[in-house]
Amino acid sequence: MQILFKNIDRKGLANIDIYEKQGGYQSLKKAFAKKPEEIIEIVKASGLRGRGGAGFPAGLKWSFLAKDVFPRYLACNADESEPGTCKDRELLEKNPHLLIEGIVATCYACQIETAYIYFRGEFQHASDLMDKAIEEAHKKGYLGKNIMGSGLDLDLYTHLGAGAYICGEESALLNSLEGRRGEPRLKPPFPAVEGLYGQPTVINNVETLCAVPWIVNEGGEKYAAIGTEKSKGTKLVSVSGHVKKPGNYEIVLGMPVREIIFDLAGGIREDNRLKAFIPGGSSVPMLTADKVDVGYDYESLQEAGSMLGSGALIVMDHTVNVVEVTLRLAYFYMHESCGKCTPCREGTRWMWQILGKIQTGEGVGAQVDKLLDICDNMSFKCFCPLGDAAVGPVASSIKYFRSDYDELIKKLEGDKVAT
Amino acid sequence: MFVFTSEEKNKIEKIVGRYPVKQSALLPLLTLVQRRDGYVSPEAMEAIGKELELSPAYVQSVMSFYTMYHAQPTGKYIILFCHNISCQLNGADELLKYTAKKLGTDVGGTTTDKKFTLHQEECLAACCGGPMMRINDTFYENLTREKVDQILDSLP
Repeated sequence: MQILFKNIDRKGLANIDIYEKQGGYQSLKKAFAKKPEEIIEIVKASGLRGRGGAGFPAGLKWSFLAKDVFPRYLACNADESEPGTCKDRELLEKNPHLLIEGIVATCYACQIETAYIYFRGEFQHASDLMDKAIEEAHKKGYLGKNIMGSGLDLDLYTHLGAGAYICGEESALLNSLEGRRGEPRLKPPFPAVEGLYGQPTVINNVETLCAVPWIVNEGGEKYAAIGTEKSKGTKLVSVSGHVKKPGNYEIVLGMPVREIIFDLAGGIREDNRLKAFIPGGSSVPMLTADKVDVGYDYESLQEAGSMLGSGALIVMDHTVNVVEVTLRLAYFYMHESCGKCTPCREGTRWMWQILGKIQTGEGVGAQVDKLLDICDNMSFKCFCPLGDAAVGPVASSIKYFRSDYDELIKKLEGDKVAT
Repeated sequence: MFVFTSEEKNKIEKIVGRYPVKQSALLPLLTLVQRRDGYVSPEAMEAIGKELELSPAYVQSVMSFYTMYHAQPTGKYIILFCHNISCQLNGADELLKYTAKKLGTDVGGTTTDKKFTLHQEECLAACCGGPMMRINDTFYENLTREKVDQILDSLP
């Protein structure tokens, strides 16, 4: 089932003529024949959930927009920075018009006249390609004044960040777009009520918006018929790490992780043994190999003790030292903590320092308990989700791979005695 | 003395026109200068501030938040070498050390001929092609020692 990746490897798809030949921009005719609120109902009925990480129902998010307050804005989140995740980049670089089409349909539904695509700073190339695609769309009348006679005026612009993971958090993204430090804002008010420039704002991930044209074309019910009872539709999964065929794969939600790893991604490199996997990007708890038959959908992964997150499946074989991987992720969160709130700013640094000590042999057994204590003091106590994200890998690595910690500590203490 | 050319002035006017509030153009303008000069000098911060009616101190406070802006001159090529999890699992640490040794600089440093600045970087969204690096705007994936040699040796 290919919705997002249909024709993705077709040469020249980024060109508007070729995109149109594949049926591109057809959903706009259908959308404009309906009332804006009908489009919101269709997307609600589809069960489409936010693909950036939080998994919040997209149609519902749109329906929260403050009534009769204008102007409204749309900010597309193309700040793809979650370690392990590279699916939006493929969509952006290979099929920019799909995103533009999704944005136009969404702006019609939500009565928005100005939209921005916020790219992470390192996506200069993708942003340049998008600028070209936007220019093409303007020339064909899919952007600009009175689009296809619908009465909708829409301007779409690209905006580049400059290297800050936190800007993927929606309120930090808005601050960055306003020319401020990318620190998160207190919620409520939520962006749907007070977002960009204090106005009602829709913020959706690239992949979410790219699903909208298909839903408008085929209908919400048809989309809702794909997947599991609560996890509807298809999802792009970035499979990386120790697999034979790493890559982005479009799956129907609910597909067992085993099939993704062993069928789609060709199995573990050198036919090694699977040790652990992180199902939804570095921020979600890692799982042990015995969970490999879990379905890849929001509910099943949560039941298994993790989350679907951004859809990044990171696979580790038996040669991996889990402490080493966790140390790297702890460094990442320390580096990316914006410093606004104390538990995150200090907690991420302490975790990184302690993990470093464990790895160099300065740590003793009690240090692991101290890590757990810090995790406990950070969980649900930080200003924004980055703090909880930082806890994910550390807490889960200790929960499932405490023996890795103990073995390492014992070995290093043994080495010390020997010298 | 830092000045914007008339061509740049036109570009700035266009950028500012995209937003209902001038300040929104701050990151795009910092990027414009960074791409032209390889870094953003205090004089440039002042010039940007003037365009957007912001104090130089405010410009600096925003700029210092983002890792892609440099306050000091950099090499002609900025290498961002990913060391995050997916690349780490595929040997990025060893390859980064190799690259640093080949260039004769520390990670974070610039070669004496000012050609390369080497940074260790967090995830760059090329996880299925790790190990990888970004040199200026180009991504290089599935790196090996041979590929690193070939890429670095071929840059003018």
